Amino acid sequence: MAMPVAHRPHADFHSHLHLTVERLCVERGGRMVLRDVSFALSGGETLIVTGRNGVGKSTLLRALAGLLPVLSGAVALEGANEAEISTQTHYLAHADGLKAALTVAENLEFWGAYLDAGHPAQRLSPAQALEAVGLSHAARASVAILSAGQKRRVALARLMVAHRPIWLLDEPMTALDAFSRERFARAMRDHCALGGIIVAATHEPLGVEEARELPLGART
Amino acid sequence: MSSELTSLFIRELRIARRIGGSGSMGVVFFLTLVTITPFAVGPDPDLLARIGPAMLWISALLASLLGLDRLFQADAEDGSLDLFHLSQTPLELAVLVKCAAHWVTAGLPLVVAAPVLGLMLQQDGAALLGVIASLLVGAPALTLIGSIGAAATVTVRRGGLLMALLVLPLTIPVLIFGVSAANAAAGGTVPFLSPFAILCAISLAALALCPFAAAAALRQL
Repeated sequence: MAMPVAHRPHADFHSHLHLTVERLCVERGGRMVLRDVSFALSGGETLIVTGRNGVGKSTLLRALAGLLPVLSGAVALEGANEAEISTQTHYLAHADGLKAALTVAENLEFWGAYLDAGHPAQRLSPAQALEAVGLSHAARASVAILSAGQKRRVALARLMVAHRPIWLLDEPMTALDAFSRERFARAMRDHCALGGIIVAATHEPLGVEEARELPLGART
Repeated sequence: MSSELTSLFIRELRIARRIGGSGSMGVVFFLTLVTITPFAVGPDPDLLARIGPAMLWISALLASLLGLDRLFQADAEDGSLDLFHLSQTPLELAVLVKCAAHWVTAGLPLVVAAPVLGLMLQQDGAALLGVIASLLVGAPALTLIGSIGAAATVTVRRGGLLMALLVLPLTIPVLIFGVSAANAAAGGTVPFLSPFAILCAISLAALALCPFAAAAALRQL
């Protein structure tokens, strides 16, 4: 099995990173979806958010990304040079942000430039990122003709074309085959080795050892 | 910052070119509206020459609303809008760049087509120049004002009509001064420059204010 592109620049790049969530409450549609959620993560750590459907896993990720207003509580990021959490965060959800009219490489080039958060040494070129997800042959194909699993792999490649220390992943393994899962698990381990933080909402095993778990909705 | 905006602009142009339709459909709609005017008001050349600038402006206004409802909706549906929020580039600038790209692909073809269609409405040379100049300056304001409506209706299914209802009243000042500038160029009592300068001022005000309003609406999602 060919290893993906060697991509281990300065190890421990973000080890000083701290993500602290305190008593977070989020309301959606007039209903309190998250109540008093607290956790703290340091660089290199992975948090897996579990719970049954509708318990607020996606809401938590969107609130962390700053895409949903927070009713009360605080999300704080330390050690990223005063940068706001939203500009240091990759958010991956069901909607993959890919344009069907553009080719795979064009989509990745655009997001690479647009989501650039100023870590040039850690970013991969679109070609390298596609190699890492095993899609080199599809670079010039239109996204419209890709299968669901291939689209998901392009979306995962987006996480690598612009380096951001925090990954918020909503069901990242959806539609992936076993081989792609293993490749992505390796990418996640690499990200943690660089000192990045991963928060993933998933029902499936992520393939990351030493991941902490946050069960939502367990108290009720 | 500028490389982000350039890549967004190129992306928008590529999408518009590959999907097609927005520019050419607008021009065809424009042509249809101008063509049916003589059927409605009669073929009297004097009458057509008199109402020509107004008809061209109304037609261009309606044609410029075509496709504008998709300005942010497509990005909201495929998740791109969420990612725009996460960029270091302010949402206001993204709105501005998307408006600029929309103007190049959908607004500019209308300005180019206007003199040709003006010939069908008995417009002489001076009047044609007046229509081109007023549309060139005024139509960007239509796109910018329209972006507020597009942002406000981004989650509304089939929001195109609602967007038109929201936007059309706001475009009345542009219409008034656009048409009076075009009429003044065709030979009127008013000097061309006074309505034209106000039209320029409206466009500049739209340029300064509308991206903030549209971005504020997008943040409320």
